[in-house]
Amino acid sequence: MTPLLSVQGITKRYGAHIGCADVSFDLYPGEVMGIVGESGSGKSTLLNCMAGHLRPDAGSVVFDTRGHGPRDTVTMSEPERRMLGRTDWAFVHQHARDGLRMGVSAGGNVGERLMAVGARHYGDIRDKAVDWLERVEIDAGRVDDRPTTFSGGMQQRLQIARNLVTGPRLVFMDEPTGGLDVSVQARLLDLLRGLVRDMGLSAIIVTHDLAVVRLLADRLMVMKDGHVVENGLTDQVLDDPQHAYTQLLVSSVLQV
Amino acid sequence: MIDLSNVSKTFTLHNQGSAVIEVLSDVSLTVAPGECVALTGASGAGKSTLMRMIYGNYRAQAGVIRVGGVDLVQAEPREIIRLRREVLGYVSQFLRVVPRVPTLDVVAEPLRAVGVSSDEARTRAKELLAQLNIPERLWSLSPTTFSGGEQQRVNIARGFAHAYPAMLLDEPTASLDAANREVVLSLIEAAKARGAAIIGIFHDEAARARVCDREIDVSRFTPGLSSGSEAVERYNESAA
Repeated sequence: MTPLLSVQGITKRYGAHIGCADVSFDLYPGEVMGIVGESGSGKSTLLNCMAGHLRPDAGSVVFDTRGHGPRDTVTMSEPERRMLGRTDWAFVHQHARDGLRMGVSAGGNVGERLMAVGARHYGDIRDKAVDWLERVEIDAGRVDDRPTTFSGGMQQRLQIARNLVTGPRLVFMDEPTGGLDVSVQARLLDLLRGLVRDMGLSAIIVTHDLAVVRLLADRLMVMKDGHVVENGLTDQVLDDPQHAYTQLLVSSVLQV
Repeated sequence: MIDLSNVSKTFTLHNQGSAVIEVLSDVSLTVAPGECVALTGASGAGKSTLMRMIYGNYRAQAGVIRVGGVDLVQAEPREIIRLRREVLGYVSQFLRVVPRVPTLDVVAEPLRAVGVSSDEARTRAKELLAQLNIPERLWSLSPTTFSGGEQQRVNIARGFAHAYPAMLLDEPTASLDAANREVVLSLIEAAKARGAAIIGIFHDEAARARVCDREIDVSRFTPGLSSGSEAVERYNESAA
């Protein structure tokens, strides 16, 4: 099987400071990988390098494109990379307002991504937008409301609808449940799990919440100071951590 | 079906003075299809550790753990996930579920994961829940608020929904009343009859005598460190 994403030797420095160093892994279709580590461990830098938001100093990010097979997205042209970002890739930001257009209606937010890939029929776009609002449990009656009138949890679900409407194959998520109430988190996690399974999505989820990765991720990568210190099956890494840092991380979680 | 050779396990506690605890060494055992083998030994002997290693939940330091042709010591995460989906079932002592998901779907999920249609999976889930005496009015609710005994029965229903060729059972009859214990034992017997290879931990001696063909005393694989095994128990509790 060809990996959907093959990351080799990704390195990013900020001057003398290491963002992330020599990170390599393969992600296969349908796999969900979590990346955990404390603030400053390089997990967001790595995610942004993979998603084309940051240019790595070294390394390659090879994506198995629909049309042309495996291509290095680091060296491809900017328009090609942007096209990927609108079609096969999706990026869910921690703060929904970074991933939404706050001045445009909910339906417009979902429809815009469809129009970016060539949809032109207003009725079709609106139907699809309504369908997706319902799939992420937003009342269809809110289709013409702006996201500024939505709660944080609703905004996050709208961002997910906007991202998934074009049927991407790979979703990058940066702390998707961060800053939400636990009850809202649970609902979002359940929703994400269902969507990942039903659409056969592959996903890379950056978070510092170990409970989130236990529920969503098949496999886990632990980062510290820009380096990957441990990786493996999620429950194995959490239940039998091998590295000193992972042991510290797991044993630091407060029990409820 | 399940084949272990020369398997060893140590825990290195880096944040507790790098203490190294040898839990199991040189474990070799084989379980054939249709056979049920009990793991015995005192608390702390390493029964649950061994079972978790066979499931790929704990990492082995040495040896080969082969289930249905896959070596769990060397396998990639996606191979272990496929094995757990299709071949290797595990009924743990605790139910761990996503909040909000109805009991019926919790039980049907392993079948959905192997491609069984939603209707068929739910039909099988209903059968199992009825068999295990979970009242029908609870089926549409999340099991997170159920009593301990109910949660355990939901866990068993989920574990037996798909006909896994290999199964690991950790105290499946603990804290069940006589009627439900009988249901679980008959589920185990039915699984054996269809050819499943089963490894179980049963503190219930009568249950063990009824369903198990052999016993393996895990303490013979335990390097003689009673204080060490207590530390491991403590470690396991803190990790759980």
